[in-house]
Amino acid sequence: GKWGRIAAQQALTQDQLLQFDSFGNVCLMHITDIHAQLKPIYFREPSINIGVGANKGAVPHITGAEFRKMYGIDDGSYAHYALSSGDFEALARGYGRVGGLDRVATVINQIRSERPDALLLDGGDTWHGSYTCYHTQGQDMVDVMNTLKPDAMTFHWEFTLGSDRVNEIVEGLPFAALGQNIFDAEWDEPAELFPPYKFFERGGVKIAVIGQAFPYMPIANPGWMFPEYAFGIRDEHMQEIVDQVRAKGAELVVCLSHNGFDVDKKMAGIVSGIDVILSGHTHDALPEPVLVGDTIIVASGSNGKFVSRVDLDVRDGRMMGFRHKLIPVLSDVIAPDPDVAAVIDSVRAPYEETLAEVIGQTDSLLYRRGNFNGTWDDLICDALISERDADIALSPGVRWGPSLLPGQDITREDIWNVTSMSYGAAYRTEMTGEFLHVVLEDVADNLFNPDPYYQQGGDMVRTGGLGYRIDITQPQGSRITDMVLLKTGEKIDPARIYQVAGWASVNEGTQGPPIWDVVESHIRKQGRVSVAPNTSVEVVGA
Amino acid sequence: MAKGVKPRVKVPKTAAAGDIITIKTLISHKMESGQRKDDDGNVIPRSIINRFTCDFNGENVVDVTLEPAISTNPYLEFEALVPEAGEFTFTWYDDDGSVYDTSKKIAIE
Amino acid sequence: MGSGAILAAGLPLRAWAVGEEAIAAFTGGAPVGEGDITLTAPEIAENGNTVPIEVSSGSASEIMVLALGNPTPSVATFKFGKLAGSRAASTRIRLAGTQDVVAIAKLEDGSFVQAKATVKVTIGGCGG
Ligand SMILES: [Mn+2]
Ligand SMILES: [Mn+2]
Repeated sequence: GKWGRIAAQQALTQDQLLQFDSFGNVCLMHITDIHAQLKPIYFREPSINIGVGANKGAVPHITGAEFRKMYGIDDGSYAHYALSSGDFEALARGYGRVGGLDRVATVINQIRSERPDALLLDGGDTWHGSYTCYHTQGQDMVDVMNTLKPDAMTFHWEFTLGSDRVNEIVEGLPFAALGQNIFDAEWDEPAELFPPYKFFERGGVKIAVIGQAFPYMPIANPGWMFPEYAFGIRDEHMQEIVDQVRAKGAELVVCLSHNGFDVDKKMAGIVSGIDVILSGHTHDALPEPVLVGDTIIVASGSNGKFVSRVDLDVRDGRMMGFRHKLIPVLSDVIAPDPDVAAVIDSVRAPYEETLAEVIGQTDSLLYRRGNFNGTWDDLICDALISERDADIALSPGVRWGPSLLPGQDITREDIWNVTSMSYGAAYRTEMTGEFLHVVLEDVADNLFNPDPYYQQGGDMVRTGGLGYRIDITQPQGSRITDMVLLKTGEKIDPARIYQVAGWASVNEGTQGPPIWDVVESHIRKQGRVSVAPNTSVEVVGA
Repeated sequence: MAKGVKPRVKVPKTAAAGDIITIKTLISHKMESGQRKDDDGNVIPRSIINRFTCDFNGENVVDVTLEPAISTNPYLEFEALVPEAGEFTFTWYDDDGSVYDTSKKIAIE
Repeated sequence: MGSGAILAAGLPLRAWAVGEEAIAAFTGGAPVGEGDITLTAPEIAENGNTVPIEVSSGSASEIMVLALGNPTPSVATFKFGKLAGSRAASTRIRLAGTQDVVAIAKLEDGSFVQAKATVKVTIGGCGG
């Protein structure tokens, strides 16, 4: 490709990637949304990420060349590769894989060598997303993360391990499990296991770290798996906690958040007194913090691809200035930390043979991120239609899951990386055309409601065998029109019943084979897979 | 009497005279709305807690009428003025005629 | 993403009528203004079967709550006694779909005021 040679010529070094002029008296490190990716992977950032309402045209809703122009990122540079879309395949071949928690460990250790009292904060979605995480119920991630010695963590997908398992792990965690918005559902009182905040004294500064777990846990994920807990944004309670820690002498207030970026922006405008929001959930990677009033919001990407470093000057109880860097973890440039690599190897050892089994090959780039579709989801939808004998397939618009380059083998591990979850039954059910419309409208409003507090993060449900037109400027109920059954070209009839296959239902008792088996069986039959460009969704009003 | 109905309340053990305290109550009850049908298509008869009262030393705090739209295991939270030491009594009235009650003493600090 | 049931957005006219009747019975036909009543409810219900709501007023003697989008709109009526510490109460309610919840307060001066909150009940699924 056209960038491959340039990339090779750049001869990046670890020192260059980690170069940072130390600043101030406080240092924060942020990692988030690792989704159990212990090993280096490829991860393509989205080429479409539409913003609505006040966030139309604002980061993170800017992608590709426009994004690079905004931040002065050179075409073909490592920042282009890591942070934006476009020429992904060529750049991936030039710059190599990203992430790997042994490389993340090297970054953290390097920062700690300069700033021994730096805080390491994990934004959650850590104990979810791989074969080994599923089969160890998160223990692989707990063991490896413990070697990184985080100071605090907050939560989202962790709860899909079920509350018994979450409670068990959290009771043994050697660091703080924070969530000011994690409540006991029965009495509507803060859940004792998850304190709202923790104080740290670093560089002579009293720092309060407040946790904000994913607010919509029982909506976006199966609430029946953790019925003891209630969540919500609870910005009034957040304000009470900020006031409380300030009254107790906090000079710096950090919110470790899993709200998602636009929700964090709105919350920062409502709650006063937060200096730094370390933002997770929507998987955005931004090279500079976004300022809302006096609050800076830092977005640190996903899948182990980045570490954010934020140095702060805190004096007289105030944040006087900051210096920030979003460090891309290019795994061919950053050396693995041998101790952490050994722990990763040992947690994976019992499963290595199963993980490595080659199921097929891909001729297409397989990726997930994008508002309406991704080639991985197209492939999963194809598998659902063919293996479950359905007219239409529905696949959830999650944002986790690494990419594969054309020509790569598809291993069992790769399939699990994009499907692993504790409620992965591939259901087959009958839906009327009218109900399908209700489903699409419902999900579209989660994404395109102009009020961020109605946005749960994630993307549009992916459809297979079904095309539609979406006008994102319309209200719920009027966005989706022209629904078409692709195999016949007929309009979807509201009264007709269609055979629909899908996975990741939040309903208890959903029946069906695990999605990873469905996808594996489909790929095995294909041998080599190739995914045609998807033109089934017409987008209006972006 | 419906089975397994168990009232629970949270009341501070002490308060200063004239304090306003928060009271939380829960009662385990299926709150059958009368709108659901069983597998044979027959309407499952309504069976709910239809009234709740809280009194303190014989004076009323709240008196609540509950309809079928109240969730399973009805939860009620409210505030009470505590003029003196005494006893709160809580009473739930079931459609089937059953009455469940419990009480909590509060001392003055 | 659900294969489970969700009520369609359309609301039978009868339910509206029942809601109007319940309001008329409560107010005796008096006009309902805005003012000393607050209704707090989540933007999105975590679970449509148990949606937390709070009503609060400075001077209400009674507050009635209605879910106008439910087949039966009546939810609860709170009467505050002599020892009520405030004219506020919280409970959890069932909502059959996205709709307005309404609280109508009868104030001590005999007037009526109301507040509304829209609660979204969603099928759920998906996420980042
Ligand atoms: Mn995530
Ligand atoms: Mn998340």
